[in-house]
Amino acid sequence: MHEMSIAQSILDIVQQEMEKNGLTRLIRVKVKFGRLTNTVPEALDTGFMALTAQTPLESAVFELEEIPARYRCFKCAAEFTPEGTNRLLVPCTACGEEFGHAVLSGKELYIDFIEAE
Amino acid sequence: MKVSVIRNVLEANDRLAGELREMMAARGILSLNLMSSPGAGKTSLLERTLRDLAPEFKMAVIEGDLQTDNDARRVAATGAQAVQINTEGGCHLNGSMILEALKQLDIEGLDILFIENVGNLVCPAEFDLGEDAKVTLLSVTEGDDKPEKYPLMFNLSSVSLLNKVDLLPYVDFDMERAEGFMRALNKDITVFGVSCRTGEGLDPWYDWLRARRAAKKR
Ligand SMILES: [Zn+2]
Repeated sequence: MHEMSIAQSILDIVQQEMEKNGLTRLIRVKVKFGRLTNTVPEALDTGFMALTAQTPLESAVFELEEIPARYRCFKCAAEFTPEGTNRLLVPCTACGEEFGHAVLSGKELYIDFIEAE
Repeated sequence: MKVSVIRNVLEANDRLAGELREMMAARGILSLNLMSSPGAGKTSLLERTLRDLAPEFKMAVIEGDLQTDNDARRVAATGAQAVQINTEGGCHLNGSMILEALKQLDIEGLDILFIENVGNLVCPAEFDLGEDAKVTLLSVTEGDDKPEKYPLMFNLSSVSLLNKVDLLPYVDFDMERAEGFMRALNKDITVFGVSCRTGEGLDPWYDWLRARRAAKKR
C-alpha cells in the first residue's frame, strides 16, 4: 500500500501549485498513472480523501486516468499495446515474440492539471 | 482557473535519490537496494555476504523493517555497521529515510552500502533510493510465477538471486520457468541460484559485487 505516500506527494504538489498561482479553492485535480505502476486507483482515491478530509481541499474532485502500457518488440521493433492485461509478458502483435520488450509507456505517474479559484 | 501542472508525483523522492546518488558517487561507494517478499532470505544473504567479504570490503547496511530491530541485530553481529529504519507499517523505504539513516553511519572509506528494503514485492519498486542497482531475492519456497505476478520489480532489477536452492528437491519450483519469466521481463537481468544456508552458488554473486565495486571506485 504505497498509495498513501503517493497521495501525500500529490497533495504537496497541489498545494505548491495553488500557492504559486494565488489560488485558494481547489475544484479538481487530474492525475495520470501508467498501467505498470502498480497503482490501485481506489486506494489512491481513498488516500487523497483521507488526507484532505476537513481541510479546505475537501470538496475537490480527484480524477484519475490510466495510461495504457506500450511496448517495443525486442525482436522485430514493432510497437504495440497489449490488450486486456498489464502483463509485461505478452506476445508481440507482429511477430509473436514474448521476451524482453522495451517499455515505451505505462510507468508514468504525474499530475496533469488542477482547476482552482 | 485551470493550471497545467505536469509534475511527476514522485519528484520529491527522485530529487532526494539524486542527492544520494551524488553522495555515493563522490565517495565511490557501491549502493544496492535489496528487495523481496518477506522471508525470502535477505537478512541471511546479508549475514553471509558481510562475513565472507569482510576481509575485502568495508560494508554497511541500512535495514528497513516494519516494527522490530531483529534483522539489524543479526547484521550487526557480523561486525558490519548497521542502522535500522522502522517504517512503522510503511510498505517501502524512501529517499528521505535513507538520508536520515546515513547520518548515523560512518560512510567515509565505505566500499559497499546495502539497503535492505521492506519485505514486499510491489511498493519498494516504485521508489528510487539513489542505488546503483536493484537486487531481487526470490526463494524457491515461493511460486515460480512470482516474477510474472510482480513484473515491475524484476523489470527494474539488475540481479535476481534465487535463494534456498538446497530445498529444490522438496519443493515444486521450476528454476527454468522462473528464470524464463525474469529474462522475458528484463533481458539484461543476471540470475544466480544460491543457498545462503549451505553457501552454494554464492561465489558468482561475490564476483558480481567485486566487479560492480571495481567499476564504481574512483
Ligand atoms: Zn515483434
